[in-house]
Amino acid sequence: MDIFRSHVLVCGGTGCTSSESPKIMDKFVEEISNAGLDKEVKVVRTGCFGLCEAGPVVIVYPEGCFYSRVKVSDVPEIVSEHLLKGRIVQRLLYHGETKEIEMSLDHIGFYKKQKRIALRNCGVIDPERIEEYIAFDGYKALGKCLTEYTPQQVIDIIKQSGLRGRGGGGFPTGLKWQFCANEKNEQKYVICNADEGDPGAFMDRSVLEGDPHAVLEAMAIAGYAIGANMGYIYVRAEYPIAVKRLEIAIGQAREMGLLGKDIFGTGFDFDIEIRLGAGAFVCGEEMALISSIEGHRGEPTPKPPFPAQKGLFGKPTIINNVETFANVAQIILNGPEWFASMGTEKSKGTKVFALGGKINNTGLVEIPMGTTLREIIYDIGGGIPGGKAFKAAQTGGPSGGCIPASHLDTPIDYDSLISIGSMMGSGGLIVMDEDNCMVDVARFFLDFTVDESCGKCPPCRIGTKRMLEILERIVNGQGEEGDIEKLEQLGENIKNAALCGLGKTAPNPVLSTIKYFRHEYEAHIRDKKCPAGHCKALLSYVIDKSKCIGCSACAKVCPTGAISGKIKEPFEIDQSKCIKCGACIGKCKFGAIEKK
Amino acid sequence: MKSLQELEAIRNKTLSEIDIRKKGEGTRIVVGMATCGIAAGARPVLTALVDEVAKRKLKNVTVTQTGCIGACRLEPIVEVFEPGKEKVTYVKVNPDMVGRIVAEHIVNGNPVTEYTIGYHEENTK
Repeated sequence: MDIFRSHVLVCGGTGCTSSESPKIMDKFVEEISNAGLDKEVKVVRTGCFGLCEAGPVVIVYPEGCFYSRVKVSDVPEIVSEHLLKGRIVQRLLYHGETKEIEMSLDHIGFYKKQKRIALRNCGVIDPERIEEYIAFDGYKALGKCLTEYTPQQVIDIIKQSGLRGRGGGGFPTGLKWQFCANEKNEQKYVICNADEGDPGAFMDRSVLEGDPHAVLEAMAIAGYAIGANMGYIYVRAEYPIAVKRLEIAIGQAREMGLLGKDIFGTGFDFDIEIRLGAGAFVCGEEMALISSIEGHRGEPTPKPPFPAQKGLFGKPTIINNVETFANVAQIILNGPEWFASMGTEKSKGTKVFALGGKINNTGLVEIPMGTTLREIIYDIGGGIPGGKAFKAAQTGGPSGGCIPASHLDTPIDYDSLISIGSMMGSGGLIVMDEDNCMVDVARFFLDFTVDESCGKCPPCRIGTKRMLEILERIVNGQGEEGDIEKLEQLGENIKNAALCGLGKTAPNPVLSTIKYFRHEYEAHIRDKKCPAGHCKALLSYVIDKSKCIGCSACAKVCPTGAISGKIKEPFEIDQSKCIKCGACIGKCKFGAIEKK
Repeated sequence: MKSLQELEAIRNKTLSEIDIRKKGEGTRIVVGMATCGIAAGARPVLTALVDEVAKRKLKNVTVTQTGCIGACRLEPIVEVFEPGKEKVTYVKVNPDMVGRIVAEHIVNGNPVTEYTIGYHEENTK
């Protein structure tokens, strides 16, 4: 066994991989070997560190130096300065919002308020080496369950912990396991739902990429608890890195006998296979997912019967989300009381959010339940770029709603989010500022659900389409009096009548924006104006003649030749030619062009 | 995998490899690796320290490097930081001294007085 004095950790998550982290890693290996340090310094590819905004990210241990936005050309400097001479490369260190230089990631505001349980190993271990997972207490929880607990005791521990489904619904996990365990059947199944489909959400992908064994271990524990010996992971094919690491992880676990026959010599058999989804949003719905694994079209079926009674191939089945599974081993090892000590009365533990939109620290964060939106956005997320004002946060993706500034101090948990008209969802959190038009946001999400509706039930297939048509009319300046009421009524009807979760929640983005931003809808319909200055059909660009000095800079940049005039005299925009691209505004040094 | 002991064995074996990534205040052995240190022969000292720590499977001990601390004439300098204790500075260290430093100081907690800066300064006046 080799001991290295320093480890260079390079992020191999999807975000950093697309910004060349594999090349950075190769360069490190090359430079380190050129410097003759290959016996002293080890290069490791890890999963996502969470601070994707600062990617590609490189961490050097034992100092814990957090280098951000590293380029291939920076590598020789890091090797020769830091690794060879021990001088930290200051200019590449991550600069926090305070502009103070922070050397270690533990001191960065982004990480300080986080509590990483599901993400505990992401960015710390090499996800392609089972030994590293084992070194961080991996598979110990499985061993403990098999040798010390009865299946019922395992279920009781999960129940006591208060763990609820992290995929969005928030159903108590222990109870789900209990229902399935109560069924008498020789064949049962465990399914991991990794069909992450919400626009802007990537927490499940990061767990699978950064810590795949955590999911495998928890699935085996679930199998033991309910009496199943077969598990399926349903993951979308568009997550190639996650699929590859899962395949490697399953292979290694089988080789070590942590999956397969007679695990830990206890006579317990469990094996896992991967099923690839084609990327249909509806397949995240459990009944549709089951039907997709069975080889049928991904379409939901009415419940009951619930999967716990009649699931995959008609056998009792539990389906849990990736993040839910990622918590299980920690609960077994640290005890249910430890888990239940975090969070709020009805929502225990932590939740991972994918922060996106108008926020400085785009990335992945894990916070205790009950943290307020304000803390997430300002303390962890680093606030909104360009000093703009916060308008709303969208949680729960196409099934969720928008939370306005007046609810910034609401502690986030399953129930509080529902009470303010949104939902936890799988954990996408998109921040919007004053430039975002809420009507257009609602239109965007509805456009998504219309596309993704499977078409089985009319309320969803026809109802969402009609709602989208009304919204498109409104943003194009053809809204009519009474449209808001029509949207509300249609929305309520769809919620009550649709077959599955997709349809039942599809109107949420529209209804919540009407609830909190009704005035924006009214402005679009009555005044034919978009208050945020976003909807092109409702905008016109005009030149303020008192400010224009006639420099012609705007006319030169206009792609359609819509701007004309004489030099040193005020210019004019021909509205019939203007395509509202906004290029002229950026060029004018005198603030003479206005968006109205 | 037939037993928990087998799992524990893999865990322990890997743990020492990746120990430096775990949090927790352990002992830090710091070698001065600026130009002065390297010129005086700090690299073999560093390598010897890494080997010695590995050989003894010491946990919570990291060997790392730093820049010049100013006393270039006394290089190679090795400093040992233990939680809650005052740091110990060894001067003019060579690879042959490493075994004693690790055995007596790191393992048994008794700094090797005759290698320290204070002893050196007293006896070379």
